Amino acid sequence: MELEQGSAFKTRDLVISIGPQHPATHGVLRLILELDGETVHKCTPHIGFLHRGTEKLHENLTYFSGLPLSDRLDYCSSMANNVGYVLSVERLFGIEAPLRAKYIRTIVSEMSRIASHIIWIATHALDLGAMTVFLYAMREREWLLDLFELVCGSRLTTTYPRIGGVRNDVSEEFLDSLYMFTEEFPKRVEEYETLIDQNRIWLLRTKGIGVISAEEAVNWGLTGPTLRGSGVAYDVRKYAPYDAYDLVDFEVPIGKVGDVYDRYRCRMEEFRQSNHIIRQCIEQMPKGPILLPDAPKIELPPKDKVTAEKGLLPLHMGLIRKGSIAPPDGEIYSAVEVPKGELGFYIVSDGTGKPYRLRLRAPSFVHASVLSRLSVGHLVADMIANIGTIDIVLGECDR
Amino acid sequence: MESLEIAKLLQEKFPEQIHEIREFARQVSVITKKDKILDIAKYLKGDPGLQMDYLRDLCGVDYLGKKPLRFEVVYHFYSLKFRHLLRIRAEVPEEDPTIDSLVPLYAGANWHERECFDMFGITFNAHPDLRRILLPEDWEGHPLRKDYPLRGYEQEGEWKRFADLLEKVKEIRKNEWYRDSSAS
Repeated sequence: MELEQGSAFKTRDLVISIGPQHPATHGVLRLILELDGETVHKCTPHIGFLHRGTEKLHENLTYFSGLPLSDRLDYCSSMANNVGYVLSVERLFGIEAPLRAKYIRTIVSEMSRIASHIIWIATHALDLGAMTVFLYAMREREWLLDLFELVCGSRLTTTYPRIGGVRNDVSEEFLDSLYMFTEEFPKRVEEYETLIDQNRIWLLRTKGIGVISAEEAVNWGLTGPTLRGSGVAYDVRKYAPYDAYDLVDFEVPIGKVGDVYDRYRCRMEEFRQSNHIIRQCIEQMPKGPILLPDAPKIELPPKDKVTAEKGLLPLHMGLIRKGSIAPPDGEIYSAVEVPKGELGFYIVSDGTGKPYRLRLRAPSFVHASVLSRLSVGHLVADMIANIGTIDIVLGECDR
Repeated sequence: MESLEIAKLLQEKFPEQIHEIREFARQVSVITKKDKILDIAKYLKGDPGLQMDYLRDLCGVDYLGKKPLRFEVVYHFYSLKFRHLLRIRAEVPEEDPTIDSLVPLYAGANWHERECFDMFGITFNAHPDLRRILLPEDWEGHPLRKDYPLRGYEQEGEWKRFADLLEKVKEIRKNEWYRDSSAS
């Protein structure tokens, strides 16, 4: 606060540090706040506490063995990251997965979108004081994680899709159970909404907080629901469809004002749209192969055949040590819509079995940068709402 | 407009800057000198027929021993209206690793450029806040350079400042009233 000229008193901003170990920062995010009373004057995010050098590691791994690293980016929705990685490598090699594999991938991506948004609504509501939503939401996430376990044997770090398809076919049991989930889930979303949608505290805490205009949101490079809340209908699934997204019907919900409430409405609507996509995929699911016939040149051959069939063992060893058949000498930027936004892979290939350079354009990284813009002028408690609304995962942000 | 047409248009506009256009997998990259990158970005953003208002990605690449000019800063521009993508690769020499910052045009470039500085040591002129972003401030070297070893320079032991930090913790603990200082 500025006092009048000549006054002997000066007010200094109070500098406080939040995090990196703080439950409201959704991971190891550190914020240096300069406060005047309880109003934020300046907010400086510090990231990098979870930096593992993923890009450097990728340069030293073959295309095949780089896949598990993509799980560890956004660990709330590892399936969608896997799909993004294999898709970009497929585009580099110039191959395309069979139709059934495309449908399966679309299903698992949308399942992970729901699972990730559930984490978001649970923690976001918890931050703003609505404890009950957390407990309700986690119930549905558990259901989804059990389904993930059914299809690939693990709940969190899935590594299920493969370059040129998926690892194994889905069972009828899985599809039936998932179909039951899609019938039940819209009712559960309504349950969350009855808890908070008309809640006066919720409305007061979210409406008019963290407003960002459409033009500014585009200029900051925001993606996903964080951008769509401002009224820009940019969605990679619509703008550059991949897998089976051009074969199913869905809408992209957008907001108007661009505040926390609009972004909340967008994600709630995405629950229903994702649910709708999964239903359509199960209904349309074609029969057929799940892995490209010539994918063994890129993928590991099946375990039971390696020792039995001639010529497969050297292939297996070659794949592990030197990498797959060399991709063409070139570069590609390929993006997918993960729950948080646009996950981009820029791969430069020099014609060997390992990527020369692999760049990850992580949505959380961009969204964390906008935090300094969103928080200014609001109260400290509203800054917590802002952290929740941009929906960052620090594993992806720090890479 | 197709990306290739935009690239040709750009080459007509900046003939002495752009010396190569490449196409791979239906994606077009334009290789340019670094001097006029800000003007090129201004043209791409401001031209009513292009309106590339969205910077999707910005990163560095190290071509050690593969190219005469060692580094490249790669920009991915996108137009939300016309839905076209263009990749600009600006060549940056090792002797003078500086390039103009795009923060005045795209606010989102801020952290990308900081990361590029952190990982490659490329300095961005007129950047408002050029600090290391993912690594600690006192880190030595730039890890994504090709001559940086995978396991880092320090082959064993802790982070160098870790010992200092432990000393500091001991120092602070002496002043904690609730802890018996003789116990630790």
